[in-house]
Amino acid sequence: MTPIDLYTLAMIAAGAFFFFAGTLGLLRFPDLHSRLHALTKADNLGLGLIVLGLLPRMGDVATMLKMLLVWVLVVGAAATVAQLIARIALPGHLRSRPKDDGR
Amino acid sequence: MTPALVFDGLLALLAVAAAMAAIGGRDLFGSVAFFIVYGLLIAIAWVRLDAIDVALAEAAIGAGLTGILLISALARVERTASSGESGEGGRLAKIAAALLCAGVAGALAWAALALDPQGAGLTPLISEALPQAGVGNPVTAVLLNFRAYDTLLESIVLLFALVAVWSLADDGNWGGLPGLRQHARSDGVLATFGRLLPPFGLVVAVYLVWAGSENPGGAFQGGTVLAAIWLLVAMAGITELPRVSSLPLRAALVFGPAFFLAVGAIGALAGTFLGLAPAAAKAIILAVEAGLTLSIAATLALLVAGSPQRTQG
Repeated sequence: MTPIDLYTLAMIAAGAFFFFAGTLGLLRFPDLHSRLHALTKADNLGLGLIVLGLLPRMGDVATMLKMLLVWVLVVGAAATVAQLIARIALPGHLRSRPKDDGR
Repeated sequence: MTPALVFDGLLALLAVAAAMAAIGGRDLFGSVAFFIVYGLLIAIAWVRLDAIDVALAEAAIGAGLTGILLISALARVERTASSGESGEGGRLAKIAAALLCAGVAGALAWAALALDPQGAGLTPLISEALPQAGVGNPVTAVLLNFRAYDTLLESIVLLFALVAVWSLADDGNWGGLPGLRQHARSDGVLATFGRLLPPFGLVVAVYLVWAGSENPGGAFQGGTVLAAIWLLVAMAGITELPRVSSLPLRAALVFGPAFFLAVGAIGALAGTFLGLAPAAAKAIILAVEAGLTLSIAATLALLVAGSPQRTQG
């Protein structure tokens, strides 16, 4: 087993741990906002660690950049969707609503 | 037992479990969620079978687009339906539907098991004809050359589906704006994401169509990505979808299938309906795919947006 194998193994294990923790939080946390917190933070970290772990095995730089781009896009999409779900779940009086939102 | 076999076995079990959860659940929203999960698992299964074209189509259309159509249909049902439980007639209909589905599933399973596992199927025929097809991706060659009429009819069926959705509009809203009003904050996260993602989406969509002649990809996959980007921009409040009476929109919807039909008609004059001369095949296929991409993107986006429900923006 080469050092690169060890590195990949450690990173993927750490990533899998965060996915596991996020899933546990999704199932066990009491309300929507804390579940969302567990899910998005843990998923972003989990995917990031797995991508970082796989990077040295990719061979060429273009594929590495593609994988990093996938991670960045997933983080952006997850953060956006988490914000939208969290806002919908807020009780009405807590939702800030500026006057210029066109309603 | 190899790791690959364990993975495939788990994948098959998960797909069956997701399918059972989708049809067995009492909660309709849960069923739709499991249907989407099922579609993604099936997409991974197609990747495992080296059918990347099918995997892309399944993930984009089977899981993504059908999923969002089911969610919006569910929202419409909940808005309009009375809360009464279905009675005895509903149970009979359910049993009939279950028997019908089981019959179809059984027939498909029988057909799949009856295939010769060592048989080459149509592969030798297609490999032999591929040099005349104009494209290097055998899937694209089948879809746009050898069996082009299937694809032509599919693109026309999509248009009919959109006409059916539009026909649900109230008389007062006919010709108006599709779907309900979007309430996105102009400085919100969705508006930011709606500005961030389109450049990536446009590049991916064009690449999928262009690469489709030699690699996995094509008009349906690229069109779905374009539709998703258009919908995201509309939902983020950056732009408004056009009125269904808009002439440019209708031209975009019809252009792809009409151009495809015209190509077919020219082929008919030369001897074979939809027949392509090998020398011109690549250019014609790329042109047809570009037109189809535009029309498929517009049709899918407007299918998701729904029937016209308002006349004012």
